[in-house]
Amino acid sequence: MPPPNLPKGRTPHLSSLDLQKFALLFSGKLLLRQELDLDETTFQTLLSTQSLTALPTFEQKFSRVQCQRCGNQKKSLLGTIPCQQCGQTHVYCRKCIEMGRVMACESLYYWTGQEIAWPKYDDPLTWEGTFTAAQQHAADRIVQAINQKEELLVWAVCGAGKTEMLFPGIREALKLGRRICIATPRADVVRELKPRIQQAFADVYVQALYGGSDEKDGTAQIILATTHQLLRYRQAFDLVIIDEIDAFPFHHDPSLPFAANRAKKDIHTTIYLTATPRSQQRLQIARKKLPHVFVPIRYHGHPLPVPTYKMCFTLQKDLKSDSIPRPFRKWMKTRKKPNRQLLIFVPTIALAEKMKETLTQQGILGKEAAIESVHAEDQLREEKVQQFRNKTVDALVTTTILERGVTFPSVDVAILDAGNDVFDEAALVQIAGRAGRSSDDPTGEVVFFHDGKTEAMVQAVRSIQLMNKRGGF
Amino acid sequence: MSDTTYCDDCLWWENYYDGHDPIIFNYSIYRYNEFMKEVIVKWKYRGDYSLGNMFQSDFVEGFQQAFSFLGKQQASVVPIPLSTDRLQERAFNQSQLLADILPLPRHNVLSRIHSEKQSKKTRKERVETKNPFSVTESLHNPIILVDDIYTTGTTLRHAASRLREKGCPRVYTYTLIRG
Ligand SMILES: [Zn+2]
Repeated sequence: MPPPNLPKGRTPHLSSLDLQKFALLFSGKLLLRQELDLDETTFQTLLSTQSLTALPTFEQKFSRVQCQRCGNQKKSLLGTIPCQQCGQTHVYCRKCIEMGRVMACESLYYWTGQEIAWPKYDDPLTWEGTFTAAQQHAADRIVQAINQKEELLVWAVCGAGKTEMLFPGIREALKLGRRICIATPRADVVRELKPRIQQAFADVYVQALYGGSDEKDGTAQIILATTHQLLRYRQAFDLVIIDEIDAFPFHHDPSLPFAANRAKKDIHTTIYLTATPRSQQRLQIARKKLPHVFVPIRYHGHPLPVPTYKMCFTLQKDLKSDSIPRPFRKWMKTRKKPNRQLLIFVPTIALAEKMKETLTQQGILGKEAAIESVHAEDQLREEKVQQFRNKTVDALVTTTILERGVTFPSVDVAILDAGNDVFDEAALVQIAGRAGRSSDDPTGEVVFFHDGKTEAMVQAVRSIQLMNKRGGF
Repeated sequence: MSDTTYCDDCLWWENYYDGHDPIIFNYSIYRYNEFMKEVIVKWKYRGDYSLGNMFQSDFVEGFQQAFSFLGKQQASVVPIPLSTDRLQERAFNQSQLLADILPLPRHNVLSRIHSEKQSKKTRKERVETKNPFSVTESLHNPIILVDDIYTTGTTLRHAASRLREKGCPRVYTYTLIRG
């Protein structure tokens, strides 16, 4: 777009109130022109007064071209367009196009105007819970990492109460007037985290950002976001907490670590949280390259439920013909605590829907039982999870989308076709971790229904047993 | 999917134009469905230009099937233009990309004055909207108008009737998708 004709020798005056507003809106962001909600005159003024600074959208790295928003340098994800805006044929990024197209003839903008002084709080923590010794130890290490501005990996078993362990650290950061981001790969987890963090820090502005969230401007002091949303940040946060670093898509998509790194200020603290570290992180721990703290005990002090195996010889045939494998049927009828809700994990969306139908028709869980299915493409996903939480649904058949982050107080867990590739070791450990989450019902059955033990199943059971051992059981 | 037999839609238009539909026929390759919808959103609205390449061979093949009868007649293709604002925003015109795939000379002889926002109107409202096109140069040979989607046919008919007014003998329309 051609710059407008500004009167020479003077730029339109922006009031200090305007500048404060823009500082709040744009600080720590990295945005395209169309994402800056500014008229052309104001935009040009901010540029000429160096309140906004332009960055090239692409950089040449040896023979490769890299998108500066998402870090993509894959040839198949870089398109070429005969651009009618600039008249040249040039590159654009296909990888991050869902967040608005990044074109070579445009720029990315970040705020270099007046800085924001984030409020310092005397004692912002409104949570009044108490810690177990293991939680306290981890919480102290987190505070220490924040004061010393270093990295720390928190390896806490499912149900250790890791969100609460963060509270003293976040309080410390808020006392120092720092800006905080808790990022996680999954939108479900962001939604679940929001009320908990807001309650714990009732007077602090907390915003939740994920694809389709109501809050969009991302100007809060505490930002909860999917790791994708970090693509719009640059040099924003003093404290970055990345939850579930081992989860898809974070460990799978190089854009997300790229964005998470850029979102940090030069001097920062990074806290990584995981219940199931990948081999890469375990290696870093073993080589003492990544300081870590281990929390092997659940907050209620009971051991992790150890999965049991149930062989189903005709599993594949049964699943194909919409019948219920006999060992699975038998187990459902002989559960030790039949009033627990039931979470049934299956490998595919199609199977989730079919199994829900079959179970409902055959009435194995009782004629009155309400059974639902849920998966990633389910429009009613949030509602169904809520119904299960409210106990208006007795059994939920799900794909791996509910493997982590979401907690229900009292469930038994079945994994049908546990040998399927989608259930890797981390997934199986996470799924097993859904059981026994409350102190009222700290145990729960976890059963792998399979037609042949896989390495992942064996490793998952072994690592759960190892954690119990480290927890002193 | 050929529309060369008279479908309800064509009869509706024949009736509307009192037997003088400015379009001889429309030919489309694909039906609109969920998959197509996603592809179109990504291609046109998100602006993933490269996705257009995937239509190339089908679009040429469909052209040869439907328009081989034109033989040696000197036909031209005319893409439906975008308004200047919209072109600025998207940086490319999907119809022009499609037109360029075809083995006939392309002539950009239409220009567009009003905005394209048609999607929220009813059919009757759309049909009765003012014709947004004007012709910058008259063509006196058969014309194949090219666009990405045929939804109600209003846009294409507006363009066709302008071309007819300026002396074009026959107008056909060729679209990727039939809505
Ligand atoms: Zn990109």
